[in-house]
Amino acid sequence: MDTFLKIRGLKKHFGETRVLDGVDLEVARASVTTIIGKSGIGKSVLLKCIANLLTPDAGEIELAGKSIARSRRGSKAQDGVSFSYMFQNNALFDSLTAFENIALPLLEASHLKKAEIRDKVEAMLKHLELQDSATRYPGELSGGMKKRVALARALITNPQVVLFDEPTTGLDPERKFSVFEMIADYRERFGFTALLVSHDIPEVFEISDRVAWLDGGVIKFFGKPSELDADVESALSGFLSKANYGRSKQLNTEGNGI
Amino acid sequence: MIRTFGRSALGVVSELGEISLFGLAALRGFFVQRRRVSKLTVAVHEIGVRCFPIVATVGLFTGLVMGLQLYYTLVKFGAESALGTAVALSLIRELGPVLTALMVVGQAGSAMASELGIQRNDEQIDALQTMSVDPKGYLVGPRLLAAVFCFPLLTAIFDLIGIFGGYLTGSVLLNVDAGVYWNRVYESVSWEDVRGGFIKALVFGLLTISICAYRGFNTHRKASFPGVRGVSESATRAVVWSSVTVLAADYLITSFLL
Repeated sequence: MDTFLKIRGLKKHFGETRVLDGVDLEVARASVTTIIGKSGIGKSVLLKCIANLLTPDAGEIELAGKSIARSRRGSKAQDGVSFSYMFQNNALFDSLTAFENIALPLLEASHLKKAEIRDKVEAMLKHLELQDSATRYPGELSGGMKKRVALARALITNPQVVLFDEPTTGLDPERKFSVFEMIADYRERFGFTALLVSHDIPEVFEISDRVAWLDGGVIKFFGKPSELDADVESALSGFLSKANYGRSKQLNTEGNGI
Repeated sequence: MIRTFGRSALGVVSELGEISLFGLAALRGFFVQRRRVSKLTVAVHEIGVRCFPIVATVGLFTGLVMGLQLYYTLVKFGAESALGTAVALSLIRELGPVLTALMVVGQAGSAMASELGIQRNDEQIDALQTMSVDPKGYLVGPRLLAAVFCFPLLTAIFDLIGIFGGYLTGSVLLNVDAGVYWNRVYESVSWEDVRGGFIKALVFGLLTISICAYRGFNTHRKASFPGVRGVSESATRAVVWSSVTVLAADYLITSFLL
């Protein structure tokens, strides 16, 4: 496996609460790895540590062979590796239109000319069916539209690594499917490595190469989605059954759905 | 009690140090930003243009009141002809810079602290970091630089309108000779007075905008409450701290200038 992202012994606590207690994870280049787990278990914290938004207490994070965990918070430690982060609550700028939000990373951190930026953003708006919302502010958009604008902003720079924090929360099933399709499509086209936090089980498994189950501060299962059915801990089975995994799978098989 | 006082004093000094470093980092960060002119223009509009009406109004009423108060004081000594001197020097040396700073803090400073606090809570500041955009340089740098231009300019406007207000009550209402009033203003105000007022305005601008921006930017670390209450607390503290700092700095600068 061509490992692109390697995490070893990652620990992070907040006060007395140990959120991450020695996470080990290896993510292959150009793969989609989905992190599943209960709410509040530390999935977003793990993504933020990788994005250098939180400083881990211990452990190492290597991106393309370079350590990032020990670097200064918010520094350009990922130099040489472009990455994007799609936030759970979108983190769109209220005072900028949808177009300006999507163009922001290109305007501020690329050397593209204005005309090139406009073309790229317009293409992205078209792809995400957001043309009519280009001049609207986030406050004027529905929850689903905001998600798509955030997704567009995350993908506009053609990053090598994209961290998706619950990219489909609040979307209707059709939009949810189209966002997953888009992630898979863009991964195919641009070959980025994706790390995805999602509660949309089992839909998210359709685009996942690997699934990691975070529980009790450590990764307790890491493997292909197909391996979830066999040889899994009983606790994971319990979590999956609560997430309607078995039932959804059965329905999908019968209905030839996702 | 002495220990508590000492601890508080150390805390204040330490925080002033943090605010100074924060301001320096923001200014440094601004000069590596793209589209600096447009960001500066927006900040000048926010601090300068939007604060102009309140500064002009307060300047006018301050001048009107000073004209009244000083006239009735001076007339006891038969020195009402010195009204122009008293109004102009009081405004240019003290009241102009101090009241202008307090007005801008109330209008732009509180808005800035709230806006940055919301951006922090909404992860917009984190989003900038993930785009390799320095959030301090992007969000705070332009405002600090705008303060360098706007505070002295607004102070000059305050002084001029205030002196005109003194003329309205002194000459138009209370019959002090207009020629005497303006001649006294012209003769008594020296370049040193104007320079001192501008130095104060510049220092107040840098201090207050740094404090307000620091409070908002660090809402997640400094506020006692999370969420909306934290933002409201940051805005309140920003205004209180800035106002107290203006008065303390005024005393220090005056003692150096005299």
